[in-house]
Amino acid sequence: MLKKSLKQRKSELANTQRQLDVLSNGIFQNNELPTFASTLKNINAHPLQPNTVEILQINLGYMCNQVCAHCHVDAGPDRKEIMTKATMQQCLDVLKKSEIHTLDLTGGAPEMNPNFRWFVEEAHKIGVNDFIVRSNLTIIMANKKYNDLPGFFKKHNIHVVSSMPHWTRNKTDQQRGEGVFNASIEALKKLNNVGYGTKESNLKLDLVYNPSGAFLPGDQNSLELDFKKALYDDFGIEFHQLFAITNLPISRFLDYLLASENYEDYMYTLVEAFNPKAVDNVMCKNTISVGWDGFLYDCDFNQMLNLKLKGPMVHIKDFDKELLKNRTIQIAQHCYGCTAGAGSSCQGSVV
Amino acid sequence: MSKTYYDPADLKKFTNISEWNEELGQKFFDYYGKVFEEGALSAREKSLIALAVAHVVKCPYCIDAYTKDGLQRGITKEEMMEAVHAGAAIESGATLVHGVQMMNKYNKLSM
Repeated sequence: MLKKSLKQRKSELANTQRQLDVLSNGIFQNNELPTFASTLKNINAHPLQPNTVEILQINLGYMCNQVCAHCHVDAGPDRKEIMTKATMQQCLDVLKKSEIHTLDLTGGAPEMNPNFRWFVEEAHKIGVNDFIVRSNLTIIMANKKYNDLPGFFKKHNIHVVSSMPHWTRNKTDQQRGEGVFNASIEALKKLNNVGYGTKESNLKLDLVYNPSGAFLPGDQNSLELDFKKALYDDFGIEFHQLFAITNLPISRFLDYLLASENYEDYMYTLVEAFNPKAVDNVMCKNTISVGWDGFLYDCDFNQMLNLKLKGPMVHIKDFDKELLKNRTIQIAQHCYGCTAGAGSSCQGSVV
Repeated sequence: MSKTYYDPADLKKFTNISEWNEELGQKFFDYYGKVFEEGALSAREKSLIALAVAHVVKCPYCIDAYTKDGLQRGITKEEMMEAVHAGAAIESGATLVHGVQMMNKYNKLSM
């Protein structure tokens, strides 16, 4: 079971350039597989252009109470990168003046940022249609000071999106750590108890499913039915939607793929499953990702590869929606993860 | 030429069989695709049946394919192993039921 981040372990993959090299060399360099750019060229979608930005996804920091084996953030208790109140204020300023309708807070565990509650309160005052917090669930049970989070979420009408790799204990703990399944179940019960996720409730509770291994997620609707039945039958737990998300070959998941000698097969699987229809709806088309230090990226994955936004505007303090619209999106081979099969985004399938 | 009879990379080339007989290849893959659609049996149930049969016919390509398919569908390892045992039970049963033939013959030939 993992205890430390790649960064703490001083793994060479903690270096984002090393990850990009892995993704560009070997099977992609010798033309065994086409690069993502050449695949896009074949369908006349290169360079990839954005639509209007609708979603602001803010990473409040890489600190997390868990060390999940597949984490693309390389998050963990040893990560110290945390968004400051000043940068949060810059995000709020952008929200006030833009037409962004969805605010999506992520991490690490975003709740561990010491200014998390202040930020949620301030953002709530501005008012967005959909205010998402990506909660790993166990944080609610991790410490007394987090026990009241369900009530806090409810007060601010937060849309809670939580990770849950499987409805069985073994598979969940294998990916996310010993004891995670039980703590997640307890947290889900607490959320249900305040009204989250129940059939008629407006308090939205969605779950995110990531495969726990080197395979793609199956059909989102079928998985949702299986999750709903198992969680209700076994624990009386209810939730609204399941988002099936493909693991992208970066950071700790890339480390796993290489160590388990699954990397090449996984890339073959992603490339063979390339779906041109998914390209129209990839999340980088309508989302901007803000790093803990305020730098901007086309998506959370590019953030973790340190592929900053192309063009003159690289920081939230310079936010300009016209400049955003005219940029081209930074791509590399990891992007195949978002275009495989039914596609994948932070909101699940896209096709 | 490969020095082994089975190469995992050949599974990816399965559809190449149509190159030498397009009509039959196409008919087979259409049929195959149709068989595994949701029907009176769910696609999930069919995946487990396929995994069991894959073991009975000892097809390494099929075992790889339907283990991966099962994982994608959220099928647990306990379910997969039970499916394999179901296949094995039928296969061994098919062997053992011939024991009756052996007994019949033995009795017929014996005084």
